[in-house]
Amino acid sequence: MSDKKKKKLTPTQQEYQNFANKREPKRPIVRNCILAFLIGGSICLLGQLISMFYMTYFDFTEKTAGDPTVATLIFLSALFTGLGIYDHFAQWAGAGTLVPVTGFANSVASAAIEHRTEGFVLGVGGNMFKLAGSVIVFGVFSAFVIAIIKVVIMQFMGGF
Amino acid sequence: MIQGRTWTFANPPFIAASSAVGGPFEAQGPLADDFDLLHQDLWLGQDSYEKAEKKLLEQACERAIDKAGMRKEDIQFFLAGDLMDQVISSSFTARTLAVPYLGLFGACSTSMEGLALGALLVDGGYAERVLVGTSSHNASVEKQFRYPTEYGAQKPPTSQWSVTGAGAAVLQPNGDGVRVTRATVGRVVDMGIQDPFNMGAAMAPAAVDTIEAHFRDLDLSTTEYDLILTGDLGRVGHPIASDLLAKHGLQLPEDRFGDCGLMIYRKDQPVQAGASGCASSACVTYGHILNRMRKGELCKVLIVATGALLSPLSYQQKESIPCIAHAVTLESEGGNGGS
Repeated sequence: MSDKKKKKLTPTQQEYQNFANKREPKRPIVRNCILAFLIGGSICLLGQLISMFYMTYFDFTEKTAGDPTVATLIFLSALFTGLGIYDHFAQWAGAGTLVPVTGFANSVASAAIEHRTEGFVLGVGGNMFKLAGSVIVFGVFSAFVIAIIKVVIMQFMGGF
Repeated sequence: MIQGRTWTFANPPFIAASSAVGGPFEAQGPLADDFDLLHQDLWLGQDSYEKAEKKLLEQACERAIDKAGMRKEDIQFFLAGDLMDQVISSSFTARTLAVPYLGLFGACSTSMEGLALGALLVDGGYAERVLVGTSSHNASVEKQFRYPTEYGAQKPPTSQWSVTGAGAAVLQPNGDGVRVTRATVGRVVDMGIQDPFNMGAAMAPAAVDTIEAHFRDLDLSTTEYDLILTGDLGRVGHPIASDLLAKHGLQLPEDRFGDCGLMIYRKDQPVQAGASGCASSACVTYGHILNRMRKGELCKVLIVATGALLSPLSYQQKESIPCIAHAVTLESEGGNGGS
């Protein structure tokens, strides 16, 4: 058993942290929230426009247009990551660029670029999902848990 | 001579020559003229950022040796360190130089750790020509300590920008110009800060501890130095250090207490709280400061290089950030001497 729980700050450390805290610039949370809302929303709007484009000019229905739309967003995100633009945009836009599809594509593409120097197998292949991997693991696992809950509830409801 | 943990060198070694090499972002900064070599290409023509960092250090060393009028065979010892795992930039540079080598690790305090130890070797008569150096590269540091460089994570206003650059100096017992007269070895100070995006606040107490020890050991007045520079505390850490020193009763004159991390970049460069990395103190000291001292603008300077001794593993395991600071006194001829 670790002693993590027991590890507490000494009074000197606590005093210093209070002292330092007063002098640290805080994250501009309100600005970040507004920008995240606007940028995240704009990316979704772009997705909607792309989706309508596929429905208008190609033979897609509202249901099937999702696939090419997502593919287009992934392509754009990976392209801008490769061109070195995405990270600067994200520094400004914050959580807005974390919108699942583009943020996910950025995390995969950036890790792949970063580790290209270590070769394709150990570098690109081994590190591509360094950041995205946990999203997949916990995403799939939570989907599984929710599905189980749904099945149980349906059974229970069906019993009556 | 030793007082407390401060060495006062009996035969202060001379800095025969020094050099600073920087990258494209540093070339846009206010100290661009003080670099010996500036690169427009972040890759330096190499196929990885790690190799580019090694190249920076190699070039800084070559320049320093060249300016000292020596050949690399003349160097008796090479003392260097950097931020990469197993200090590869330094060790691989030592491979190129093919001279006796001691690898150091003091994170961003390595510049002054190396200079202090190099001066000790020369002062003690154990060496006559010592090369000291250190390097860092923004992209290789980001890769090792944080996220992939192109990953879109938003950095908080307390985060700092690792300098792409390298600095080196050659020490010898005779000559003229600037001498290394004193050095104070730092203690590891840990105030329990865990946020790797807030290095300034984590390192400030270490700088304060070393500066206080230096003034206490030698019983100096606050106006002893023309300039006292911390290594890379930045916009967050430097005012904290200043206030903390004042709180402890050591009120340094404001115009004589600065930070290397606040000097390399312009205010409008997007570096958040300022510069960091081994090259922060190395480039400023071995370039800008020594140039000013040689011109006679400064006579007595104390450089307090600060380092955060964390690893990517340690902070993921929720360890706090232990920090250290080493101080070295530089004096130019005409100063009131250290011996």
